[in-house]
Amino acid sequence: MLKLEARPEASKLWGYASPVLALLLTVLVGVAIFMALGKDPVRGLQMFFWEPVKSAYALGELMVKATPLLVIALGLGVCYRSNVWNIGAEGQFVMGAVAAGGVALLADATTGRWIVVAIVLAGILGGLLWAGLVALLRDRFNANEILVSLMLVYVADMVLSYLVYGPWKDPAGYNFPQSKTFESVTQIPRLMSGSRVSVGLLIAFAGVGLMWVYLFRTRAGFAQQVGGLAPAAARYAGFSSRQALWVALLVSGGAAGLAGALEVAGPIGQLTPYVPAGYGFAAIIVAYVGRLHPVGMVFSAVLMSMFYIGGELAQSRLGLPKSITGVFQGLLLFSLLACDTLVAYRLRWLSRRA
Amino acid sequence: MTDLTKRSIFKTVALSAVAAAAALTLLGCGKKEEAPKAEAPAAKVEPLKVAFAYVGPVGDGGWTFAHDNARKAVEKEFGDKIVTSFVEKVPESADAERVFRDMASQGNKLIFGTTFGYMEPMLKVSADIKDVKFEHATGYKTADNLRTYDSRTYEGAYMAGVIAGKMTKSNTLGVVASVPIPEVVRNINSFTLGAQSVNPKVKTKVVWVNEWFNPPKETEAATALINGGADVLMQNTDSPAVLQTAEKMGKRAFGWDSDMTAYGPKAHLGSAVINWAPYYIKAVGEALEGKWATGQSWWGVKEGAIDMVSVAADVPEDTKKKVDEIKAGLKDGSFSIWKGPIVGQDGKEVLAKDVMADDKFMGGIMFYVKGVEGKIPGGK
Amino acid sequence: MESYALLMAATLNAGTVLALAALGLLINEKAGIVNLGAEGLMLCAAIAGFATVVHTGNDLLGFAAGMGAGAVLAAVFGLLVIWLGTNQYATGLALSLFGVGFSAFVGIGYVQEKLPTRPQFEVPWLADIPLIGPALFRQHPLVYGAMALAVAMIWFLYRTRTGLVLRSVGESPESAHALGYNVRRIRMAAVVTGGALCGLAGAYISVIYTPLWVEGMVAGKGWIALALTTFATWRPARVLLGAYLFGGVTMLQFHLQGTGVDVPSQLLTALPYVATIVVLASISRNPVWIRVNMPTSLGKPFHPGS
Repeated sequence: MLKLEARPEASKLWGYASPVLALLLTVLVGVAIFMALGKDPVRGLQMFFWEPVKSAYALGELMVKATPLLVIALGLGVCYRSNVWNIGAEGQFVMGAVAAGGVALLADATTGRWIVVAIVLAGILGGLLWAGLVALLRDRFNANEILVSLMLVYVADMVLSYLVYGPWKDPAGYNFPQSKTFESVTQIPRLMSGSRVSVGLLIAFAGVGLMWVYLFRTRAGFAQQVGGLAPAAARYAGFSSRQALWVALLVSGGAAGLAGALEVAGPIGQLTPYVPAGYGFAAIIVAYVGRLHPVGMVFSAVLMSMFYIGGELAQSRLGLPKSITGVFQGLLLFSLLACDTLVAYRLRWLSRRA
Repeated sequence: MTDLTKRSIFKTVALSAVAAAAALTLLGCGKKEEAPKAEAPAAKVEPLKVAFAYVGPVGDGGWTFAHDNARKAVEKEFGDKIVTSFVEKVPESADAERVFRDMASQGNKLIFGTTFGYMEPMLKVSADIKDVKFEHATGYKTADNLRTYDSRTYEGAYMAGVIAGKMTKSNTLGVVASVPIPEVVRNINSFTLGAQSVNPKVKTKVVWVNEWFNPPKETEAATALINGGADVLMQNTDSPAVLQTAEKMGKRAFGWDSDMTAYGPKAHLGSAVINWAPYYIKAVGEALEGKWATGQSWWGVKEGAIDMVSVAADVPEDTKKKVDEIKAGLKDGSFSIWKGPIVGQDGKEVLAKDVMADDKFMGGIMFYVKGVEGKIPGGK
Repeated sequence: MESYALLMAATLNAGTVLALAALGLLINEKAGIVNLGAEGLMLCAAIAGFATVVHTGNDLLGFAAGMGAGAVLAAVFGLLVIWLGTNQYATGLALSLFGVGFSAFVGIGYVQEKLPTRPQFEVPWLADIPLIGPALFRQHPLVYGAMALAVAMIWFLYRTRTGLVLRSVGESPESAHALGYNVRRIRMAAVVTGGALCGLAGAYISVIYTPLWVEGMVAGKGWIALALTTFATWRPARVLLGAYLFGGVTMLQFHLQGTGVDVPSQLLTALPYVATIVVLASISRNPVWIRVNMPTSLGKPFHPGS
């Protein structure tokens, strides 16, 4: 019979191979689903893995989708490594977008380019403060951060809704719930013409580097992780788990808020009730599949974006249902979690006699 | 020694591979050049590719369902002169832009966007891709290759109001409203005006769901209205949940966007349906004949875009006759719903006697008429 | 006054969904397992139940199908979390996301379907009492079932040996293991039972509450149910009350709109969520109280022999 046997130390091989195996499993199930639906599995796989990368424009769109995912995931990575479970990145994203949008609305035809910096900073601040609420409630009242951060997502959605239906509604917009389109001067600068990819991508890559250095090369980063994972040991070493809590939430909130600012002053260009696009939740998968490692998250962000865009294309070109994307994303995470056991455990055939 | 041999073998293999590839390519090119000569000179007309972007699921039984029915009607009308495709559940966000661009890149020359939220994405894409025609439903911005179209749903709401005014016993009507935009407020008002025309004592309560499509919320809203005394309900949301709730609680309600009789046979009083087929047929026909031009269309009963169907058997004959008269009057232009005197909630006149509201006035309605209770969220 | 009686009735109805799901999650958590996948689980159960009633016309079969779907998904979750030792929070999240997509996918063919006319239930004679009758006695049997379930759970957890064993597994799996109890099997049983109850709640939504199928129709109730268990400090009676409180606030929002109260509707919509946070904060404030009430091993994996 099959038995799980603990390895003496975590397997490095499986540390890298597990996500690959998980992806493979997901693809296999995907092929099965395509065939069950009577669609050509090769074409189906093409939609997900070839179409999104086959041209410069397609790659650009892939990056447009991946940028917010990556930025949020980087923050969540810091958070989860500290054992703080921020599930409300979506709400922090929205509040960042709201704050950024608020600053963008102040611009008029004469405003200078500096406003872009203000917008980005406002976004970071918005997300940071919203996550700060979660930190405060956990710090002072012991309230579970999972539930509080989640509830705050719904509240953030309502704040956005109130603003675009009320005080920030475009007066020339026939009373439709949306803000004015932002002046062109507020646009996050694009990296190149012909594509929607913005400077946000560079910021994301910078974030990857920063996070790597912070987590793996600084004392503060080390303290942060220990503070979360082993509070007793942390206390003994003089690291504050309280500080770890605040840093984790503020960093992830700020990152989510930054993503919100980049989206709203980038591809969207105004505040609408549809700003919450689920990136905050998808980023959780990105963070996990990327093994909470900054470089891993780059790959998983790109992978998730391929699932999103592939799902859209599969719908319009092959008539596959949109919900397939959700199925694949969930499956990927499931398989990853299952495959991850191989990192800590070994599968062994044991004869009954033993 | 071994290395040299290996390397020379490797070189030979590599060279032959390159040679083979080159040969094949030449062969391939050669083949391609032959092909055009072999083909018959008669040019085949490529069918026009038409694409539709839907905000909801095709099976919602309401808004998107109506659009898709019209798409099927267009297919029937034009046969193999066109090829249609659709993408459903396209969110009203930055993603929409990508979908429209993809549709254009797939060779679609006429693209329909069926909800207001596609306005900005369609504007951006239409500015970049000039040889594709875009049609935007319920919007207000146009371009040379982007035009808008809408339906006079308020006419359906008015006719529903006439029936409701007659059928209500509590003199309280209820509306499950979606999003506080002029179109919806206008429908609430028209519903009330229609009811008041046969029953001046009627008042209307409104509950806002803040979404177009959310059956559980619509159910709760409908329950709250019924609990508050309303016995006839209308909706401006996209699912049959309101009608179903009325059925469950023994009250009456109207179908909206599509014929919803099947969802509440006992409760159903009539369905205010939108028929997009006449407009879609016109648009595709114009595109096929090269006569497509930008503009703004607002079609109603007159053009066959709005109708009140499946009126319940227990509605009195004289009411049914009145509805038919209204339809005839709308068709020949002799009847106008928004004709003064119309009084606002605060008692002040908004339309003087015999003054007929023009489309501009109706496009900006953000006030309740007298008889509607409550305040418009975010409005005056 | 009558409208208040009707509001009460609507509250009981709305609260039942939350109560069933939260009681199921309570069983999970008493054994030390947090199942964040409640939302996805409920959605899959909702489509399972709906589809079954569409094909068989039998409500009871629909509920059974919902419970079955819930149990199966919970079993998968349990396998991963209990036997493979995966992180409970991440696995639960994965289940949630997967369930949302999977239910939408499976449900595509059912979006336009409708169920046979929903039956009306009334407790004979009691339903005719003015005011109290319409408020309390015109409900679907499951509404009373949820109340009975809460009572049964109190009895089970605090008055039976099995319940004691379950609680001890939740408090200290190591001790239970030392005493010879198969901790993993007990936890699995708790997870599957809890999943079945969440499944029942999901089926209730699609078969009774809003007899339609629409993807995502659970609309966050799974997450609220999770909050409820903490909110109620893991006690069945409080879970029931909390569920009704939430159901009430949701219905109150629409009721207030209907009476013309001039509060922005977004504020009213946000009310249940804000209320959850406030109560969570005030309950959790006393760490002693939390420590006393929360199953100690909640969220922590257990490995026999470690």
